[in-house]
Amino acid sequence: MSEKGQLFEAILNGDARSSRVLAQQALDAGVSALDLVTEQMIPAMDEVGRLFSCEEYFVPELLLSGRAMKAALELVRPLLAAGGVKPTGRVLIGTVKGDLHDIGKNLVASLLEGGGFEVHDLGADVSPERFVESIHALQPDIVALSALLTVTMPAMRSTIETLRSAGVRDCVKVIVGGAPVTRQYADEIGADGYSDNASAAVQLARDLMGRN
Amino acid sequence: MATIYTHLAAGSPEELVFGHASKPVECGFGLTIGAGVVFPEVNFTLPPITIEAATWKEVTAHYDEMGRNILKRAVALRTPGLVLEFELLPAMTETPEWGAEITSILRRHLQEAHERHGLPCALRVTPTDIRDQGKPPLLRTGQPWERLRRSFELCIEAGADIVSIESVGGKEVDDEGLMYGDLASIVFALGVLAPRDMAWLWDRITEFCAAGGGRAVPGGDSACGFANTAMQLAHQKMLPEVLAAVVRAMSAVRSLTAFEHGARGPSKDCAYEGPVIKAITGCPISMEGKSATCAHFSPVGNIASAMCDLWSNESVQNVRLLSGNAPEAYAELLAYDCRLMNTASAKGGGLELRDWLVASDEWLSPQAAVLSPNATWAIASAIVAEQDPLRRTLAAGLAAIRVLNEGVLSGQLQLSARERQWLGRIERELSEMPAERELTARMFEQHAGRFDAASYGLTR
Repeated sequence: MSEKGQLFEAILNGDARSSRVLAQQALDAGVSALDLVTEQMIPAMDEVGRLFSCEEYFVPELLLSGRAMKAALELVRPLLAAGGVKPTGRVLIGTVKGDLHDIGKNLVASLLEGGGFEVHDLGADVSPERFVESIHALQPDIVALSALLTVTMPAMRSTIETLRSAGVRDCVKVIVGGAPVTRQYADEIGADGYSDNASAAVQLARDLMGRN
Repeated sequence: MATIYTHLAAGSPEELVFGHASKPVECGFGLTIGAGVVFPEVNFTLPPITIEAATWKEVTAHYDEMGRNILKRAVALRTPGLVLEFELLPAMTETPEWGAEITSILRRHLQEAHERHGLPCALRVTPTDIRDQGKPPLLRTGQPWERLRRSFELCIEAGADIVSIESVGGKEVDDEGLMYGDLASIVFALGVLAPRDMAWLWDRITEFCAAGGGRAVPGGDSACGFANTAMQLAHQKMLPEVLAAVVRAMSAVRSLTAFEHGARGPSKDCAYEGPVIKAITGCPISMEGKSATCAHFSPVGNIASAMCDLWSNESVQNVRLLSGNAPEAYAELLAYDCRLMNTASAKGGGLELRDWLVASDEWLSPQAAVLSPNATWAIASAIVAEQDPLRRTLAAGLAAIRVLNEGVLSGQLQLSARERQWLGRIERELSEMPAERELTARMFEQHAGRFDAASYGLTR
């Protein structure tokens, strides 16, 4: 098997250590960073996503693959940046104010990273004002809001309203998700997208970035 | 002074049956739980609404309406007794006076139902464990703990008859363990961190109850943030069901800690590990299953009721249905479930009904398989045979694995190939788990910054 194939396999198997070593070997052998990403790393994560979608992988396998992808990406990303190659998109993610739940949000963040996005995770119980500050500081393409409680869903609406009154709503796409959230609610509060599961959230983000 | 259980309260699996606990609990307005009758425990919450000063009048109106309607239904159905559970929402614990105000409202309704209609009843109040706000969470100091403490004190003062909590100590590590299928982290969270936090926390909860005059009973704790998280992720096909089943069994050890430090039951409804607690302590338990679909789905709808003393709906929003408002409707649903169980008991068929409830679910899911009376017995026996929480946690997990393996070998439990792979892996990793000192050292490295050692009385 070639080194390229081995990196693909290492990511598929969630082997972060091998993934990093193989990526370094490939770069040392003169493989371009862009080729490494487009021909092996992203296809590997696409395959991981497929295996998850058809219920052959559980979340642990998926996240370990994401971790392996990240290990290789740490080597590759500076080279990509130096060559002017940008990530798929930049995402700001957080659980809205008053809500301390973060497993679903963490999962989406990990999958987005695995999908080539640059992710900035603000954590849980994030105030609308903090989202605004972070938009100014980080200039994300997408803001992802999570909520698990029916009584914290209204904080999604107030966050979007705060983005609007701060004049940054049109600078970003806002996507929402979480157990009690529905597509109808997402439409009502003026979100740009809604997903009812983590892997679909990655596709949604890609769609919003115009990258299928 | 902690009580360490070294043997089971129940004499055999046949003694583990709904409505009967060897240590019944008297509380509230003439209610005795676990003395032969199963009662509904109705839990309810708000529809989508922002909780703030501007909406507070509307918030309290919802609780007033829910309390009144539920009790009206209970009286109309001649329910022999009832528990209302008020689970505070985070904002109501952040502002302890708010939680206390709603406690007072609900207590007034209960008192009136008792005085006017002779309804035996009680109010369980469950403040939200808001101590996990920091990164890492500080569990024993700081504003979140001070507010939680105050919330307990004020709710007890306002009339709580039973107090409970779904404590979160160890969750910061367990979440990571579950997401990565990392058994060492899960075991460390459930077997080292959570019991340490709960021992500290339940000593205090018991003190708050005593300081409040002793009328409020320290109820119990739930592994909701641990085992129910695994259960829901398994439901969504994100985690293996066998992992969720083993985590459930292991979580019984951390939930038992509450009873070692003063809890007397009834345990929390969402603590599906309750039967193990009942087998060990003899204290009554609350459970939820098929009548909690208003809150979540589960593969244990019938079997969950097999050993319950209170039967709950977990949580239902105050929304309008064709029949009436949802909390009232679910009060009726629970009342009929309980009526059937109590009739079976009265006619000498309690054990038979229990066995039907068990048989209808037992082998259709690994998570149901570990809830049967026989599995409960095996897991509880494994726990009391060990001395410390970590070894008890491992013993509980391995006992659950034996139950699952026997089910597979006998052909009763069907597992997919990937579930079988995971079962083998979990068994191997639990069997090879290092001793506490080595595991703790490893976890300090792996989870540096994720948990606060002082919050668990640990030093490196």
